[in-house]
Amino acid sequence: MKRRTLLAATAAAALPAQGFAQAKTKIVWWHAMGGALGDEVNRIAKEFNASQEAVEVEAVFKGTYPETLTAAIAAWRAGQAPHIVQMFEVGTGSMLAAGPAVKQVWQLSQETGIEFDPKAYLGGVRGYYSLPDGRLASLPFNSSTSVMWYNKDAFEKAGLDPEKPPVTWNDVIAACRSLKAKAATPIPMGSAWPIWIQFEQYAAMHDLVFATKSNGFEGLDTELKVNTPPFVKQMQRLLDMSKEGLFKYAGRDNAADAIFPSGEAAIGFNSSAARAAIARDAKFRWAAALLPIDPEVNAKPINSIIGGASLWTMTTPSRTPAEYKACAQFLKFIGRADNDAVWHQKTGYVPVTLAGYELSKQQGYYQKVVGTDLPIIQLTRGEVTPNSRGFRLGRMAELRNVFSEELEKALQGQQGAQAALDAVVTRGNRVLRDFEKATKG
Amino acid sequence: MERRTIFGGWLLPAAFVLPQLLLTVFFFLWPAGEAIYGSLTRQDAFGLRTQFIGLENFVDLFEDPLYVESMWRTVYFCAAVSLLSMSVALLLAVFADREIAGRGFYRTMLIWPYAIAPAVAAVLWILLLHPQIGMVAHGLKAIGVVWDYKINGGQAMLVVILASAWKQVSYNFIFFLAGLQSIPRSVIEAARMDGARGWRRFRTIIFPLLAPTTFFLLVVNLVYSAFDTFGTIQALTHGGPGKSTETLVVKVYRDGVVNLDLGGSSAQSVVLMVGIVVLTVVQFRFLGKRDKT
Repeated sequence: MKRRTLLAATAAAALPAQGFAQAKTKIVWWHAMGGALGDEVNRIAKEFNASQEAVEVEAVFKGTYPETLTAAIAAWRAGQAPHIVQMFEVGTGSMLAAGPAVKQVWQLSQETGIEFDPKAYLGGVRGYYSLPDGRLASLPFNSSTSVMWYNKDAFEKAGLDPEKPPVTWNDVIAACRSLKAKAATPIPMGSAWPIWIQFEQYAAMHDLVFATKSNGFEGLDTELKVNTPPFVKQMQRLLDMSKEGLFKYAGRDNAADAIFPSGEAAIGFNSSAARAAIARDAKFRWAAALLPIDPEVNAKPINSIIGGASLWTMTTPSRTPAEYKACAQFLKFIGRADNDAVWHQKTGYVPVTLAGYELSKQQGYYQKVVGTDLPIIQLTRGEVTPNSRGFRLGRMAELRNVFSEELEKALQGQQGAQAALDAVVTRGNRVLRDFEKATKG
Repeated sequence: MERRTIFGGWLLPAAFVLPQLLLTVFFFLWPAGEAIYGSLTRQDAFGLRTQFIGLENFVDLFEDPLYVESMWRTVYFCAAVSLLSMSVALLLAVFADREIAGRGFYRTMLIWPYAIAPAVAAVLWILLLHPQIGMVAHGLKAIGVVWDYKINGGQAMLVVILASAWKQVSYNFIFFLAGLQSIPRSVIEAARMDGARGWRRFRTIIFPLLAPTTFFLLVVNLVYSAFDTFGTIQALTHGGPGKSTETLVVKVYRDGVVNLDLGGSSAQSVVLMVGIVVLTVVQFRFLGKRDKT
């Protein structure tokens, strides 16, 4: 109890003007969007505040995605959770297990009478953030998928057709060899988010079982299956390419962000939301291409999955119905087609609502800025299967770290592809069992 | 003569020690108690379901080969950092103790790095050693060294050891310098007259007389390298590649703050706490003995 009083006292001291004079309901929105994206978030809050009289949203930047997750959890435990928090997709499993700490979108809708139609959202986006029966758990906000960026100047220099990016992995390897032979760039290929792009997306697009129970959507007793031959093949390919000097590993998560725009690598895998940064920094002609496929694994690739974040409404013991209503109004505002379209066009994230997509089409955005609909095309390719709906694995961030560690060991030549993936499965399953025990108990 | 103040009651002395006691309770006993309690539970991130599981977290910990590996890695890391930073500092101190021109300036410069925050120091090292943009990295490439600490575990370890040791050299330097200055000149003069030359004089006279300082610094450096290097390692390598630079504190942070395994992470903190207690006891025992004699 003492801790709560202490924290409350500090919070009270920090917010002296709360509830002063006007009857505006104030809600706090924690987000993880730095730089140019942060400006966009502030713009949204400002526009919402200007659009009506009753509610005032305050957007607060809380650091990286994992930092925001930790901060939100600590704040909730102290009874000081923000009204709305932006949570990255791999935190979804943890938030779904958060029970009374969050008010899922369908609950919010029930309590406030403000409707949210799950069908308004793109399939691949909706699936990630809804319950198995289709009810929305959190509100989709910034979603991207990964694409293959390539340097057209370097392609030309290497005698490749800059208008014909490689389609299959064999094409990629061939292209990398030409790039290397002509030394078009210091490194032929690099990849940001190695695990998300080279393994999770690979599994989804090739319709491979990454984890049992539909990647965890159907139960906490899910197990990793990433040591099967198609995954070993992919791992071996990366190891071979690294050995041959065609691929350079430049670190986990977004550590390799700069490797493409700086002109160091001619082919750079990254999020589609890297567009803004590439447009700003790249001093060469560039374009995005679909992620390469392996026809021997699956000749008919399906949809890729999303990355990004969604918005969760959080609870505190003292929160009033008026505040929840204000949250719902704000979420509704964010999901409006015009707002969605502006966000999509300014940031490079994909539109999350069908209406936002249609609006962008009508506005002629995709003719104006060619290639910006490529991520959407990739996200909506084929029929969604249990393997391509996304991931609902507990402690997913930790799983990615485990995966990265084993990949790094393999790249150093300490173990082969099969051994690395076996280790991922063994260690990953232990994490999953821990999460299961902690959540069920 | 006995120098003791006699208080009339217990209220005044209690008031004098109260602030310190409060600080100890709030910033040490309470968090430590929470950590010990946490280490005996399994809880989800939000603290919704907390089960008491006894020593299971500890059993898991010591059965985990990765944890044991991390312990040995930490021992290696601490030994390397302490040895490197202390020997460099001693060397510099011995030279700075001589009568040379610009001594004050030279000493001040050597003390400066101590005032730099670990994360800032790490950024400086990144700018020097970064495989793509670092100056030193370019130099190494030019002479044919394949330099990429993001993928080479051995090089990554070297980088964090260098950066951590560099940070501590100033601190050690101050103490060694003070230690050297407190050695009576007469002893050294006597040795000189007996014909002991530089190295011999250092080995047989100066170094033994410095022993208390050296021992104190050894404990401080071990504690520093085990606990205070988190900022440097986190900023430079995040404990990677693989787990090659993941020391125990990095692992506590990774498991607790990033992976939200609060029970397991608390258990690790308790193990570290025991380590610190042992080191402190050793230090008090030995240094206390010296004071009495």
